[in-house]
Amino acid sequence: MIITIDKKKISCEDGKSVLEVARDNKIDVPALCYHPDLKIKGNCRMCLIEIKGRPGLHTSCSIKAETGMQISTATPTINKARKINLELLFGQHRVECADCLLEHKCELLRLAKIYKVNINRFKNRKAKLKTYKFGPSIEFDSSKCIDCLNCIEVCKKQEVNFFEIKKIDNINRVLPTCDKNRDCIYCGQCITHCPVGAIEAVGEFEDSQKPLAPKNKTIVFQFAPSIRASIGEEFGLAAGSIVTDQLAAAIRALGVSKVFDVSLGADFTTVEEAKELVERLSQKKNLPMFTSCCPAWVKFIEFYYPEFIPNLTTVRSPHIISGGLIKTYWAEKENINPKDIYVISVMPCTAKKHEITRPQVRIKGLNPVDHVLTTRELAHLFKKNKINLANIKGEAADSPLGEHSGAGVIYGASGGVMESALRTAYTQICGSKLSKIDFKEVRGLQGFKKANIKIKDNIVKVAVVNGMFEAKILLEELKQNPQAYDYIEFMACTGGCIGGGGQPVPVNSKTREARAKGLYSIDTKKKIRVAHDNPALKEIYKSYLTDKHIIHKICHTTFNKKKREVKI
Amino acid sequence: MDILSKINKSNLCGRGGANFSVYLKWLAVKNATNTTKYVICNAAESELLVNKDGYILSKYPEAVVDGMFLAINFLKAKEGIIYLKPEYYKKLSKQLTKLIGNRPISLFKKTGSYLCGEETTLLNDIEGKRKEPRMRPPFPTISGLWDCPTLVNNVETFYYISKIANDNYNSTHFITIAGDTKNKGTFELPLNLSINNILKNTNNFPKFNFFVQINGGASGEFLIQDNLNKKLNGTGSIIIYNTKKTNKLKLLKKIVDYFHQENCDKCVPCREGVYRIHEMLKNKNINQEVIDDLLFTMKNTSFCALGKSVSTPLNSLMNIK
Ligand code: SF4
Ligand code: SF4
Ligand code: SF4
Ligand code: SF4
Ligand code: FES
Repeated sequence: MIITIDKKKISCEDGKSVLEVARDNKIDVPALCYHPDLKIKGNCRMCLIEIKGRPGLHTSCSIKAETGMQISTATPTINKARKINLELLFGQHRVECADCLLEHKCELLRLAKIYKVNINRFKNRKAKLKTYKFGPSIEFDSSKCIDCLNCIEVCKKQEVNFFEIKKIDNINRVLPTCDKNRDCIYCGQCITHCPVGAIEAVGEFEDSQKPLAPKNKTIVFQFAPSIRASIGEEFGLAAGSIVTDQLAAAIRALGVSKVFDVSLGADFTTVEEAKELVERLSQKKNLPMFTSCCPAWVKFIEFYYPEFIPNLTTVRSPHIISGGLIKTYWAEKENINPKDIYVISVMPCTAKKHEITRPQVRIKGLNPVDHVLTTRELAHLFKKNKINLANIKGEAADSPLGEHSGAGVIYGASGGVMESALRTAYTQICGSKLSKIDFKEVRGLQGFKKANIKIKDNIVKVAVVNGMFEAKILLEELKQNPQAYDYIEFMACTGGCIGGGGQPVPVNSKTREARAKGLYSIDTKKKIRVAHDNPALKEIYKSYLTDKHIIHKICHTTFNKKKREVKI
Repeated sequence: MDILSKINKSNLCGRGGANFSVYLKWLAVKNATNTTKYVICNAAESELLVNKDGYILSKYPEAVVDGMFLAINFLKAKEGIIYLKPEYYKKLSKQLTKLIGNRPISLFKKTGSYLCGEETTLLNDIEGKRKEPRMRPPFPTISGLWDCPTLVNNVETFYYISKIANDNYNSTHFITIAGDTKNKGTFELPLNLSINNILKNTNNFPKFNFFVQINGGASGEFLIQDNLNKKLNGTGSIIIYNTKKTNKLKLLKKIVDYFHQENCDKCVPCREGVYRIHEMLKNKNINQEVIDDLLFTMKNTSFCALGKSVSTPLNSLMNIK
């Protein structure tokens, strides 16, 4: 179909909104409450257009393109209305740009320039409103909130409903709930869907420099599988660009001597989890087994569905295992007192900031990981130290804790944990050299995938879920039919960690797809693609993780039923 | 002739205030493919000082219910719902239930206030959702209550539909007259009477200097005495103000207070615009240029009719010298 936008003839697909068509064709139509992941709400009234033959102004986000439509996106009336609406928005948004998640990407400031907005025309009616902290993970600065309601929808989709609308002095506001039956699971999806940086991870960015501060400590960085395919976006690279070696080099350029890759930790998680799966399958105990490497998912179970705690695998998440190994195995090897090691994990995730505070993961009173930086925080740190990731010369991460298999990398995408474990379990059950590596049926970004995997004479019924909306449906199904599945991977974020709450913004299905594709491309190119063949891992099992007791201490954990943690 | 053709011939327009062709609305619901359909009678009557629907409902409830039942049968709807303002519910529910008998019509007591008169907000209220307007399209005629095609007509509209069915419609409408006058009340009058004549015919034409507000005490337009030669369409009401005795600033403030309380705060221009005007009036710090800008953006960019309509009473009242 053909429509005309600003006198330009454009051919477009059926079913797209005028806003989408305009954006596909690089026509700049401002839109603040629009997010491709979410429903159309039409709240911000910025995406205004005029349509020939239909009087008045319309919102392009809510109007589908129709053949022959003649559209203007920038008439004097439109521009005047946008300017006033922006001025009103600035009247409810505290400008704290120096320390904002959106830094140079701020849409409000960009538009303010274009429309010559007087950002002080209205006194900020929210100036005195407070900042709420959700556990060690999330910070909501209600003085920046423009009431677009994106977070309400996102958190509802996560089956948490932590944000609600409350009327105070005759005006509705977005606020965290006080309901003791609801608690934030720290997934950070609200952060990546807030158009104005009102929600951030704790520490963004005022504390980004903090991990470099400890004097007289050996500082060790380790970075998660998924961030190598996303952090490049902060430096102008396309989503999915792989920057593993540049990352290691850039971290060293910060003055850090040791850089490890969490993908090795992921290999340990895989091997332990595959063992546990095989054991549970043979004993038919606590099935289906649930993955537990997503701390937001774990919190969801501990708070909302404690009856399913026994189903969680007891295996620790990758960075907790590798953090533990750094403070034990590696510390011994290097002859460093573990107390003098400061481990920083760079994660796509805000829930990991909470995970490291779990008392159950301590080893001899020490936390395996001392600090978590989000992908965004690390990018900020690089920029602040004038390190350009895009053109730094790559270096390999440190070994032996730097080596990993292809399986360890795909952890970052939904289905990756499952596929890695299946690769290893397959061998364990079949006892032979592996004959199947790719389990393509569990890949892809849809919220729910299931497959029957034939391993020897058995059918293993697996499911992969991302997003808590789908997770809740599945849990309810399991209450009715506990035998529906044997093994289920759960990730709280859309698309898995590649869409994590600590990842660069903006994010949409295209970026997520590109990031996932990037990770799978690493896997395909790897010589070693199964976790149990990783030589570093084998070596550590042989020389250090030699008995059940120590394996348990470093690789396993426990869970417990939770009451609400977040205090408002 | 079937009822739809009769409606078409009558040129009946919706009496809820929007003046949309009743024929086209019915046609849209009739042509909608979904087989579960609903018919809703809007008796929310939320405009300030207007009571014509309440008047009709207490005086001619049979005709209203008959009109609904005609629609239910014609559209093969599953169910009809009368959506009632709480006062009306309290006063009329017993009588209505008796009248309805075994016809598939139920009553719903509205839980919100002003905005619930808006038909998509009304649907959200019945569904137990947040009371805010829905995005259109889809229009309720295609996707209304529980996402099913839904006919929402106002009390007066249904009343006249039963009249039309009995070939008894004489192009009249109901008008509430209120304010500074003695012969207040609701009157049924020919459609083509001018406001002047309405006031005269009902013995409500004041002897003092006055101005009026037509079409509702919140979003209605203010008119001075010289401008009363036009006809009345919209929410049928005329409120009379004694010029000498009325403090216009106070009146303005009352209306703004009302919108500030009643708007749903969903969209930027209405939420922020009403708030800013409210603040200016409260602090007695009125900047006409700012008010003009605010009313401009509210009128042009608000999500729903409430925000769009705020400029009507405000501008017209401010224009009265
Ligand atoms: S972090 Fe997740 S659970 Fe917590 S408020 Fe945000 S979206 Fe909701
Ligand atoms: S916190 Fe952000 S996403 Fe939530 S309503 Fe406010 S501006 Fe929108
Ligand atoms: S899916 Fe990944 S990024 Fe998201 S909460 Fe879970 S572990 Fe963190
Ligand atoms: S115009 Fe006013 S009442 Fe209507 S949606 Fe916007 S805020 Fe709500
Ligand atoms: S993007 Fe269309 S109204 Fe916000």
